[in-house]
Amino acid sequence: MSMVLFDVPGPKARIRHKIMAVIGIAAVVAALVYVVMRFIVTDQFTARRLDWINYKQIQLSLVEAIGNTLGAFAVGAVLALVFGAIFAAARLSDHAWVRAPAAVIVEVFRAIPLVIMMFFFYYGLPVAGVKLSAFTAVVISLMLYNGSVLAEIFRAGINSLPKGQSEAAYALGMRKTQVMTFVLLPQALRAMLPTIISQLVVLLKDTALGFLITFEELLRWGTRIGGDAVNFGRPMISVMIVVALVYIGLCLLLTWLATYLEKRNRRNKKVIKLDNDDAGQVQLGNASAAVGGVTV
Amino acid sequence: MSVLTNNLDLFLRAFGQTLQLFAVSAVLSLVLGTFLAALRVSPVPVFRGVGTAYVTVLRNTPLTLVFVFFVFAYPLLEILKIDEYTAAVVALSLYTAAFVCEVVRSGINTVPVGQAEASRALGLTFTQMLGNVVLPQALRSVVPPMTSTMIALLKNTTVASGFAVFQAGNIREQLSDQGDNVLVGLVWVAIGFVILVMPLTYVQQVFEKRWSVAR
Repeated sequence: MSMVLFDVPGPKARIRHKIMAVIGIAAVVAALVYVVMRFIVTDQFTARRLDWINYKQIQLSLVEAIGNTLGAFAVGAVLALVFGAIFAAARLSDHAWVRAPAAVIVEVFRAIPLVIMMFFFYYGLPVAGVKLSAFTAVVISLMLYNGSVLAEIFRAGINSLPKGQSEAAYALGMRKTQVMTFVLLPQALRAMLPTIISQLVVLLKDTALGFLITFEELLRWGTRIGGDAVNFGRPMISVMIVVALVYIGLCLLLTWLATYLEKRNRRNKKVIKLDNDDAGQVQLGNASAAVGGVTV
Repeated sequence: MSVLTNNLDLFLRAFGQTLQLFAVSAVLSLVLGTFLAALRVSPVPVFRGVGTAYVTVLRNTPLTLVFVFFVFAYPLLEILKIDEYTAAVVALSLYTAAFVCEVVRSGINTVPVGQAEASRALGLTFTQMLGNVVLPQALRSVVPPMTSTMIALLKNTTVASGFAVFQAGNIREQLSDQGDNVLVGLVWVAIGFVILVMPLTYVQQVFEKRWSVAR
């Protein structure tokens, strides 16, 4: 809660808040009742429309669909991390001829919608005689897009470290690679971990775009079962609730991991105190500003 | 090049639709997002709970799923008939509002508590405090991430191509029907988006640099 906007409430304000709370609860309950009423009136939860849950075949295909989603996520995440590391290193290079092309590539891939990239690899490339499976197209697109975003996160993280760290390392006679791998990366990675994981949440959500290029993932499974009018009378609502719960569950699991790591990080005594306290803030600010929107 | 010049009309129409979709959803999501942020910083726990629940659910749901819900599932509830375009606007607005809310909220939270306390001590009224002290400072930390959110919204409009809403993502289908080179066409679409996004990114960086110094 923001203490910026309000004083500690006095007796009158407390009464006002209580009245507003009652009105708020009433509004929420009314909205929920209305939605549930619509569910009941339109027979969304009749036995026939929930029957799909009982079929072993469908249960297995659900597991398979989740597996496909997670598979695309896993491969995409690993590739994106590698891509991001390479291009971040390139963008931090001392040589302009390495830096410039890397910057162009990263900026361009961040600007192209993921959907267009997937279309390009799935529908576009066959024109040139290269046929890719839906899975490959999804994974490559996820790699290029999220990799570019991750490259920016890595770069922001390294840049936000106090200059003294690399200067001290150079003064000790370390070489460029040594400075990076022994001094800068370990510190930056710790600070960046939450941001990296929240980008991975985005990547997980983006696998659902594979739906548009007929990749057999969770959402496509949902529309197939949910659209089955012959056997189950189009149980779209109940199926979509299940699909949404799976996605939300998976994403919250990742988010929870990020918070856990962040907490553990703060406990860790080995973290080097940055010279000014808000360096960590600056890093997060930078990363989220550079990337903030991209987390959408 | 001929793919572009021969279909210039199609490209312009499609990108025009993209921008229209973007503009309408941007306005709606800004309004709804600010409202949600107000809920999330309100002193009433119920309102905060509603805001938090909304943001948690929408931020962890893929946009494609929101689209599928409004295009395929929502009509089954027989509440209010909406066409695909409206469904796309609703899906984009609801989804983006969650992110707008977070940006606005964190913007308000970056203003130190002392600022508001000092203005209250000076006898400023609530509106004066908001208008003259808190919001001008909050705005600085809001604009750059808000630009990013809007860039993301612009790119997200292409998701609508799976749901029969005509915009830049559908150029491929049209070209494919005409037997034109889809590969080249998609490259032009990508270039179109780069042209649209780059100025926004540039503006964002300028604001960020100028305002980070001022703080």
